Amino acid sequence: MILDSKIPAGPLAEKWTKHKFSSKLVNPANKRKYDVIVVGTGLAGASAAASLAELGYNVKAFCFQDSPRRAHSIAAQGGINAAKNYQNDGDSVYRLFYDTIKGGDYRAREANVYRLAEVSVNIIDQCVAQGVPFAREYGGLLANRSFGGAQVSRTFYARGQTGQQLLLGAYSALSRQVATGKVKLYPRTEMMDVVVIDGQAKGIVTRNLITGAVETHAAHAVLLCTGGYGNVFFLSTNAMGSNVTAAWRAHKRGAHFANPCFTQIHPTCIPVSGDHQSKLTLMSESLRNDGRVWVPKTQETAEKLRKGQIKANDIKDEDRDYFLERKYPSFGNLVPRDVASRNAKYVCDEGRGVNETGEAVFLDFRDAIKRDGRDVIEQKYGNLFDMYMQITGENPYEVPMMIYPAVHYTMGGLWVDYNLMTSVPGLYALGEANFSDHGANRLGASALMQGLADGYFVIPYTLGDYLASIPPKKVEEDHPEFAKVKAEVEGRIQKLLSINGTKTVDYFHKKLGKIMWNECGMARTAEGLKKAKSEIQALRKEFWSDVKVLGANEELNQSLEKAHRVADFLELGELMVDDALNRNESCGGHFREEYQTPEGEALRDDENYAYVAAWKYMGEGVQEELDKEPLVFENVKLTQRSYK
Amino acid sequence: MKLTLKIWRQKNASDKGGFVAYPIDGISKDMSFLEMLDVLNEHLTEKGEDPVHFDHDCREGICGMCSLYINGKPHGPQQTTTCQLHMRSFNDGDTITIEPWRAKAFPVVKDLVVDRSAFDRIIQAGGYVSVRTGGVPDANEIPIPKTIADLAMDAAQCIGCGACVAACKNASAMLFTSAKISQLALLPQGQVERKTRAEKMVAQMDAEGFGSCTNTGACEAECPKGISITNIARMNREYFSAVVSSDNL
Amino acid sequence: MSWVTKTLSSTLGRKLIMALTGLFLILFLTGHVSGNLLLFKGDGGEAFNIYAKFMTTNPAVKLLSYLTYISVIAHVIYSIILTQMNKSARPVGYSESKASTNSTWSSRNMGVLGTIILIFLVVHLQGFWAQMHWGEIPTVTYEGEEYKDLYLIVSEAFKQEWLVALYVISMGFLGYHLSHGFSSAFQTLGLNHKKYTPAIKTIGKLYCIVVPVLFASMPLYIYFTS
Repeated sequence: MILDSKIPAGPLAEKWTKHKFSSKLVNPANKRKYDVIVVGTGLAGASAAASLAELGYNVKAFCFQDSPRRAHSIAAQGGINAAKNYQNDGDSVYRLFYDTIKGGDYRAREANVYRLAEVSVNIIDQCVAQGVPFAREYGGLLANRSFGGAQVSRTFYARGQTGQQLLLGAYSALSRQVATGKVKLYPRTEMMDVVVIDGQAKGIVTRNLITGAVETHAAHAVLLCTGGYGNVFFLSTNAMGSNVTAAWRAHKRGAHFANPCFTQIHPTCIPVSGDHQSKLTLMSESLRNDGRVWVPKTQETAEKLRKGQIKANDIKDEDRDYFLERKYPSFGNLVPRDVASRNAKYVCDEGRGVNETGEAVFLDFRDAIKRDGRDVIEQKYGNLFDMYMQITGENPYEVPMMIYPAVHYTMGGLWVDYNLMTSVPGLYALGEANFSDHGANRLGASALMQGLADGYFVIPYTLGDYLASIPPKKVEEDHPEFAKVKAEVEGRIQKLLSINGTKTVDYFHKKLGKIMWNECGMARTAEGLKKAKSEIQALRKEFWSDVKVLGANEELNQSLEKAHRVADFLELGELMVDDALNRNESCGGHFREEYQTPEGEALRDDENYAYVAAWKYMGEGVQEELDKEPLVFENVKLTQRSYK
Repeated sequence: MKLTLKIWRQKNASDKGGFVAYPIDGISKDMSFLEMLDVLNEHLTEKGEDPVHFDHDCREGICGMCSLYINGKPHGPQQTTTCQLHMRSFNDGDTITIEPWRAKAFPVVKDLVVDRSAFDRIIQAGGYVSVRTGGVPDANEIPIPKTIADLAMDAAQCIGCGACVAACKNASAMLFTSAKISQLALLPQGQVERKTRAEKMVAQMDAEGFGSCTNTGACEAECPKGISITNIARMNREYFSAVVSSDNL
Repeated sequence: MSWVTKTLSSTLGRKLIMALTGLFLILFLTGHVSGNLLLFKGDGGEAFNIYAKFMTTNPAVKLLSYLTYISVIAHVIYSIILTQMNKSARPVGYSESKASTNSTWSSRNMGVLGTIILIFLVVHLQGFWAQMHWGEIPTVTYEGEEYKDLYLIVSEAFKQEWLVALYVISMGFLGYHLSHGFSSAFQTLGLNHKKYTPAIKTIGKLYCIVVPVLFASMPLYIYFTS
């Protein structure tokens, strides 16, 4: 099958403008005749729902949390990029485009990324107008900082809570539309499936999480703004409820899933403290500006450390290995996320890891405190140190911090064309749920930008183009397809409740997470991936015969919710492994050990793998089919990254 | 650690509910409070008993979904969210009492889960600036003094968890409501709808059945984000000046 | 419902009435305590009796006194309404509460304190205020003019230990009530400012000690000097 990306013709900088003009419009009087479903109320979902309701469409917005304000976009800390060039430091739309496409290791579409950079400036205007309290300078104008190694200061921020403030801005716009009656809100409601009629998405089936009622909702278009699937690893920086279910159901109804193996592992997270661990907490990357990363030189010393026989501060400088500084003399501790993460894994694999688990490295501020004084360090990182202390109970001013990489973001997702439409007409994917803009690696402060770009400034145009092509006739829920999908959903619920096996849902989730982390995490090998595939298959089989889900459907049942989500992760995991196995190269977050330079760096294969791997569901237990969308680079030259 | 958990169990909104004591062993001091409950739930599930339901999501102190009234305090002994509370705040052998938020406007859904949609309705009543997508001025056309922007940010940090309501002897939502009114009253963007916003949000807050403010300061002391009750004073100011000068009858 | 009644029946409006009446009563207390300081003059009550007559006959003072009655009544009625409302806002209570870690005892018990003060007020009014207005009080003549000898009533009354004790203890409760009420009224009115709030708080702390102590010292002074 040929996937048509529908990238408009013409010069890069004019594509979006021209496309907006050539898109069909819906007559203002007709807009109220169209119903749109938005699943998820994070940055992408809330901004899309609000913007579409403002245009006059009837919107139904769904979220599984108790309020739309709790979507996990809220947890983003650092900031949001925009090519405003307020600092007069040489930024431009083109530079943001270039940095993003290069940062993504040349595995994203030029046209999409350029559009993202183009609308980034509108996002800041929009958020400020909504009352988002961005950081300001004394003159009253907006402040910026440089982030994630960018050479220009283009990141707008609201303390360490930028995601929260942006989400609350979008939530307020959404709330305004709820008050006008243009948006109907369905909190504590989980999407269970998509209804496709005659090849077009016409609605969804949901489960009310409080009453258990399985309901159908019809609409002219369905927007999935349901975030990423990092929780397939069990431990990640995602929220506990973050899941792939909506995207996966769409996939099983015909939507291609693109680049599922592209996951971002963030190097500075608080390490796992034991088997009880439920999630990982991210610490800002900025810590690496002053902290030095090290482990003991020998296994023996590390062993003693782990057993508590010696303390980190007892280890002399000559017995320490500052491995990033040693391997990358010019970038040192500031190497990009993927490189830092991978190297931490290597030293731990060698048995030199610290912490009781042996899965952590030190991030030491001793020298920085000696150099600049404790006050300076406290000013820069005070809140992060407090957070670390709160969680670990250790004082990083006195003992070195311990960090370890953790799954943070998934670049892969539902395949979408330039209009954000999946391969199922009428079904759209926005934000982290789609694959479109970050290639194989996402730059810091770009996720917020993409979510809001999709919701505020892309979908209002591209959705109109689709709706104008279908008649404004009400979609009726009495179509037999609705009843059929509803029955399937109910059947699955009953199946899960009736297995009554011996193992809890978390048991399977943790086991899946271990397989994924070990074989499809920071470093992957063909051999390991093959092993993982069969292990996942076996685990899935065991799940469907031995999982224990208590209670009934007709009540708030958190075990049942989890069971649904984990069941889908068990299928997604295998596809991720397939994708990683297929991609015989290393790029961005995807590192295949067989494909590296002599210095141990990622070795891309542009000749054979400069494409989007879009997987098509072929049926239960059947190997998915790979469709390729070639990536054409007309404006940037593909180069190799080096940090020596 | 070995603990006894005295947990409020209630099957659904109409059930009467009551406390059930659960002994639990093998708790590590490094666990977060919610991870400790995860362990309990794994045990319960294995035994075939319905696990304890509680709200939680991000587990990093920002989404505001976790709640729990622990040993007589919202979010437990530390001024933080329950997800950021760790077991090292407790001692071996302790009995820990865990109750849901209690307020007429926050009805119990099940066990420790309550319905906080009243907060959403307060925001829907006016907690926004009415701007459409697009058609807004350049971000730097609205200069805002840094001190004002910082004050607005202090108020905007509210995570909507409801600890203020839970802590207040009157189950009052003044701190929550005032944080949003304050944020938008401080900023130039919020001026156009300033009066109507204050009137409508206060009216909605009252309609939800929250209590009044006795200025005890308990909300501020328990707020995991340290939202100050100066916001309540500002809300009062905004409201009184709005009702005497606005055109709304 | 007009906007006025709507406002006054809102939580904020009701609190506004509590704050305004409370502040007015604080003003009243200030006047009351200043006037009563004449008891310490040691002139056999002459200045005090002249003052008492002035207070019951001067038309401007009369107007103020009506405002005081209204304030007391409104303060009581609205406190009852608010308490009811606040109670209904939490129909099911907590089994365990550590409120003492987040707020002062007085701030949480304004209703209890107020009720005690109200009971005291009834005793107080019945003993002196009602006597002055309608009672059969012996008279004295200063410079040819006749005055009710309220001083005699006061000094006779405070020869009774139990009454002295009641007054002293009640002033303790008044102090607690004011310790929260004073600054709380300003907070409710929205009069909060970085520069002035600390001063208001300090004045409030002084006020809630000085005024009750002065009041309490009056019966004690009479008891020990008679």
